[in-house]
Amino acid sequence: MSRAVGALLRKELRLELRTPQVIPAMALFSITTLVVFHFALQANAVDGPLAAGVLTVTLLFSAILGVNRLFVADQEEDGFDGFLLAPVDRTAMLVAKALSLGTFLVVLEVIAVPAFALALLEPALDGEVLAKTALTLALADVGIAVVGTLVGALAVQTRARDLIVPLIALPLLLPVVIGTAKLLAPAFAAGGAGALPGRWLAIVGLYDLVFGLLAYAVFDFLLED
Amino acid sequence: MHGSRLRTLSALTAVTLTAGYALAAFVAPMDADQGFMQKIFYLHVPMAIVALCGFVFGGICAVAHLRTGDSRWDLRAYVAIHQSLILGAGVLLTGSIWARASWGHWWVWDEPTLVSFLIIFLLYATYTPLRFSIEDREKQARYASVFAITAGAFVPLNFMAVRAATSLVHPRTFDSADNLPGAMRSAFLVCLLGMALLYVTLWKYEMASKHTTAQLRALKRKLTADTDPHAPRSRRSAAPELQVR
Amino acid sequence: MIAASNVLPDNAGYVAAAYLVFLALILIYVGIMAHRLTRLERDVVELNELADRPDEPAADPDAPREEIRA
Repeated sequence: MSRAVGALLRKELRLELRTPQVIPAMALFSITTLVVFHFALQANAVDGPLAAGVLTVTLLFSAILGVNRLFVADQEEDGFDGFLLAPVDRTAMLVAKALSLGTFLVVLEVIAVPAFALALLEPALDGEVLAKTALTLALADVGIAVVGTLVGALAVQTRARDLIVPLIALPLLLPVVIGTAKLLAPAFAAGGAGALPGRWLAIVGLYDLVFGLLAYAVFDFLLED
Repeated sequence: MHGSRLRTLSALTAVTLTAGYALAAFVAPMDADQGFMQKIFYLHVPMAIVALCGFVFGGICAVAHLRTGDSRWDLRAYVAIHQSLILGAGVLLTGSIWARASWGHWWVWDEPTLVSFLIIFLLYATYTPLRFSIEDREKQARYASVFAITAGAFVPLNFMAVRAATSLVHPRTFDSADNLPGAMRSAFLVCLLGMALLYVTLWKYEMASKHTTAQLRALKRKLTADTDPHAPRSRRSAAPELQVR
Repeated sequence: MIAASNVLPDNAGYVAAAYLVFLALILIYVGIMAHRLTRLERDVVELNELADRPDEPAADPDAPREEIRA
C-alpha cells in the first residue's frame, strides 16, 4: 500500500515538476483574485473577518482549479486502466491523489499567503500570525484535499466535469470555509492576533476525519470498471 | 407490488395530516411572542425534518445499492432524494415567509437552521445534473450513489458547523419539540407524523409509477418483438431505469 | 391573548401564504403525476391496438417495424 502510494505520488509530482501546469495556474489565479478583491472591495488594506474571508475565498477558488485538473491526465491518457491492472489496493490512488493535491495546496499557500500579506493585509505577518495561519490552513488543506479528490474523481467521468466540480465541491466545502474564516478572523485582527477559537479547530478537524473515512469507504466504487 | 397498501397509506396520511393541522389551528394555544404567525411552525418544521430524513434515507439506499449492485436501490435513492428536493423547496419558501413575518426580512443569515438547509438544498440540487452528465447507465447509478452517500453524511455535519457559526442571536424557542408546552407539542408531533406519512405515500406512489412504466416498456418490447433492452428512447431522462423482462 | 388577537390581522396573510405554498407544491405534484398518467394511458392504448392486430407482425420478428406501426 505505502509503496504504491509512494510510486503514485512520485508520478504526480514528477509530472508537475517536468511540465508545471497546475501549480502555476493556481498561483497566478490566486494573485489575480487578490487584485480582483482589491478593486471589488475598493480597499487597500483589510483586517479581521474581511481579511479572513478574502484569503479563504482566494485559496478555495484556486483549489477548485487544481481539483478540476486532478484526474484529467489519468482520464485522457488511460491512466486509470493502467492503475486498475496493477495488483495494488485502489485506495492507494485516493491517498496519493489527496497527498498530491495537498502538496499543491501547500505550495499555493506558500506563494499566496505572503502575496496576500504584502498586498492586502493590514496587520504585519509576524511569527504568531504566521503560525496560526499555518495551523488553520493545514487543517483546511486536509479537508479540501480529501473532498477535492472525491469530487474530482466523481466529476472526471461526466461530460460536464468543469461544471460539476465547483457545483458539488463548493457546498460540500462550506463547513471548511466557515471554519477557516472563523479561525483566521482573530489571527488577522487589527489590534494584534487573538487566540484561535478551539471549537472551530475541533469542527474542522472532525470534518477532515469524517470525510477522510467516507472517502476511504466509497472511493473504490469510483474506479471500478 | 408497489400499488398495494397504497390506498390504506393514502387514507392514513389524509387523516393524520388533517388531524394535525386541525389540532394546530384550533387546539394548540396562541404563542405568547409570535401570536398567530407561529402557526407556520407546524408546517415548516415537519417539512424540514422530513426532507432531511429523506436525504439521509436516500444515502442509506445508496449504501445498499453499492453493496448489492441492485438497481432497485438506486431507484429508491433517486426517488427519495427527488421527493426531499421538492419538500426542500417548500421548506425554503415557508422559512423565508416566516422570517419575513417574524423579523421583517425575507432572508436572515443568522438563522442557522435556515442557512444550513439552504446549503444542503444547493448541494442536492446538483444530483440531477450529475446524473444527466453521465451517459453510461451503470456508471451513472454508481456515481450517483457515491454522491448520495457523501451528501447524506454531509447533512448532520453541516448542521453542526452552521449552528456553531451563529452565535444564537435569536432565542431558539422552536427548534425542538422538547421545550414546547403540551398542546403545542402534541399538535406538532401529529403534524410531523402526517408529513412523514405524506412523504412515504408520495415515495411509494412514485415507485409504483416507475415500476408501471418499466413493466409497460417491457410489454411494449415483447409486443413489437424488439429484443434490444437498451433501445434509444425519445425522452432522455436522468432517472434510473429498471430492466424488466 | 388580547395582544395576540390584536396582531392577528397583520400577519395572518403570511401564515396563509405559507400554507398556500404547501398546497401549491402538492397540486404541482398532482399535475406532474397527471401528465405522467396521460403518457401511460397513451402507451397502454397503443399497446392495446398492437395486441389487437392479427398476430403475424408480432410473431415475425423480421417484419419491418413500419408495418407494425401502420
